[in-house]
Amino acid sequence: MDVTGKDYEPRSARRLRGLFARFADHDLLHSFLKSKLVVLAALVSVTMLALAVLAPWVAPHSPYDLSTVSLLDAHNPPAWNDGGDRRYLLGTDDQGRDLLSTILYGTRASITIGLWSVLLALAIGVSLGLVSGYFGGRVDMVIMRIADVQLTFPAILTALLVDGVARVLLGTHKSGGGESWILIVSIGLSYWVPYARTVRSSTLVERNKEYVQAARLIGLSPGAIMFRHVLPNVTGPVLVLTTINLALAIITEATLSFLGVGLPPTEPSLGTLIRIGNNFLFAGEWWIAIFPGITLAVLVLAVNLLGDWLRDALNPKLR
Amino acid sequence: MLAFAIRRLIEAAFVMLTVAALAFVLFRFVGDPVNQLVGQDTSLEDRLKLRTELGLDDPIPIQFGRFVWKTLHLDFGISYQVKQPVVGLIAERFPATLELSLVAALFAVLVGVPMGVYTGIHRRSWLSSLFLTISLIGISLPTFLIGILLIYIFSVWLGVLPSFGRGEVVRLGFWTTGLVTVSGLRAIILPAITLGLFQMTLVTRLVRSEMLEVLRTDYIKFARARGLTDRAINFSHALKNTLVPVVTIIGLQVGGLIAFAIITETVFQWPGMGLLFIQSVQNADVPVMAAYLLLVAFLFVLINFVVDLLYVAIDPRIRIVGRPA
Repeated sequence: MDVTGKDYEPRSARRLRGLFARFADHDLLHSFLKSKLVVLAALVSVTMLALAVLAPWVAPHSPYDLSTVSLLDAHNPPAWNDGGDRRYLLGTDDQGRDLLSTILYGTRASITIGLWSVLLALAIGVSLGLVSGYFGGRVDMVIMRIADVQLTFPAILTALLVDGVARVLLGTHKSGGGESWILIVSIGLSYWVPYARTVRSSTLVERNKEYVQAARLIGLSPGAIMFRHVLPNVTGPVLVLTTINLALAIITEATLSFLGVGLPPTEPSLGTLIRIGNNFLFAGEWWIAIFPGITLAVLVLAVNLLGDWLRDALNPKLR
Repeated sequence: MLAFAIRRLIEAAFVMLTVAALAFVLFRFVGDPVNQLVGQDTSLEDRLKLRTELGLDDPIPIQFGRFVWKTLHLDFGISYQVKQPVVGLIAERFPATLELSLVAALFAVLVGVPMGVYTGIHRRSWLSSLFLTISLIGISLPTFLIGILLIYIFSVWLGVLPSFGRGEVVRLGFWTTGLVTVSGLRAIILPAITLGLFQMTLVTRLVRSEMLEVLRTDYIKFARARGLTDRAINFSHALKNTLVPVVTIIGLQVGGLIAFAIITETVFQWPGMGLLFIQSVQNADVPVMAAYLLLVAFLFVLINFVVDLLYVAIDPRIRIVGRPA
C-alpha cells in the first residue's frame, strides 16, 4: 500500500522519475536530510576523503620530495604568527616540511590504512561468521571460542601484539618499508570479531529459511549458498559495523603510530605527526601536534556521527 | 552458585591456557632465544650447549609444559634488552600502573555517576547538553590526543601541573606509592583524567539511560504520589536501582584501564608496565612481551570472574534464573 498519493501518478511518469527519484524517496535519504549535524558530518567526511585522494595535486609542497625540503625552514610557526612564512600556511615541522601538505598526505595515509584494515577485518569476520553460522557444530564452537578469547582483550592490545610480532619476524626496525602492511594486518586482525558474531547470528536465522533449503535441494555447494544467497541477506548490520569500525581503525592506526610502532617519520600519518609534535610541545611549537590532532579529531568525529546515524536509520525499531 | 563458579573457573582456565600457548609460541618461535642471549662472537659449540641447557631440543609439548610450570612460578625468563629477570622488571613497574588505573577508575565513577544522574533528571537543561557533548568528545577523541591537549593546556600554557613522571614516590615494603606526597598527587591528576575520561563518559551515558528507564517505572510514580521529596526519590529509589549494570561495567572496565594505560603512560612518561611493554615492542624484547601478555590476560580473567560472581551476588533475579528447576 502506498499512502503518499503516488498511486494517482500515471505509470509512465513514474517510470520516468527513474532511479534517482526512488533513492530520493527512500527513508534513508529522508532521515539523512532531517539532521543537519549528519549532513555536516557527511560533508566533512567527503571533503576530507577528497583532499586525501587528491593530496598529491592539492598539497602546496610534497613532503616526500626531499629536494624541496630545507632544514633552514624547520620549526616555522603558522603564517599568521610572528616569524611565520607565507609559503607555509600552517608552519613547518622539525624537518622543514610544510605542515599543511604533510597533514594532507598524513590524512591520506590514515584513511588508506583505515579502509584496508576494515576491509581485511570484514573479509575475515564475515567469512568466519558465515562458516560458523552455516555449519554449526564443532567448527562453530572453535571459531566462537577463539572470538571469545580475543574479545577478552581490548583491540588495541591485540593490534600492538600482532604489530610487535610482525616487527620481530620481518625485522622492519632495521630495514624499513612494509610498515603500512604490518599496520593493516594488525588492525584487521583486531577487529574481525564483531563481524563474525553479527554475521553468525544472522546466518543462524537465515540458515533455516526456505530459500536456503531450496538452494540446498537443487544441489548448490555450501560455499555458493553461503556467499551468494545468505550473504546478501546479512549485510545490513555489517554496513553499520563497517562505518563505526572505520573510525576505530583510524584511531588505532593513529595510536600505534603515536606509540612509535606505526608509520615511520619519513612517511608520516596523522599519528606519527602528533608524535613528532609532542616532542616540541614544550618548546612552544604547538602547531606541529595541534593541527594534525584537530584534523584527526574532526575526521573521527565525522565518521562516528555518520556511523551513529546509519545505525539508527537502518534500525527499523527506531523508525 | 557453586556450579556457576566452577563453570566460570573452567572457562577462565581455558582462556589462560590459550593465552599461555600464544605466549609460548611467541617466546619460542619469534626470534631465536639463543641468538638473543649471546654475543656475536660466541662459538657454535657454546650456542649448541646453551640450546641444550635451555631445553630447546626437547619435544615441543615438553617445552610447553616446562613453560607453563615456570610461568606458574613467576619465572618469565631474562629480558633480551636489559638482561635482567623479567619478573623483577614487571614487579618494579606494577604499582605505578595499578595506582594510575585505580585513580582513573575513581575519577570515572566520582564524576561520571553525578553527571549521569543530572543528565537523567534534567533532560532538557543546557548543562545536560554540555555534559553530553563532553561525553561525545570523550568517546570520539583518541586517548593520546586528550593527553596531549591536557598537557598543552595545564602544563605548557597555564603551567600548573607536571606533565611527566610520578613525582616523589614513597617505598612501602615492595610497593612504591606516589599517593602520599604532594608532588605525587599533582603528577597523577593529568594521567588519571586522560585514562579515565573514556570510562567516565561510559558511566555517564549508562547511568543516564538507566535513570531515564527507572524514572518511568510505576514505583517511582508511586513514590511521587506518596509525596516523597525529589531528592529521596532520585537518589535512594532511582539511583540505587541503576547501580547493578554500573558496577558490572566499571568492574569490566578496570581491565580496559590497565590496557589503555599503555597509551597514557607513553604520553606522560609514567613509569608503569605499559611503558615497559611498548619499549619491549619497539625493541623486539620477546620475553617481556610474553610476560606482559600473560599478566594482563590473568588480570582480565580474574576481573571478569570476580565481576561475574559479584553480579550474581548483587542481583537476586540472576540467581533464581540460574538455579536448575
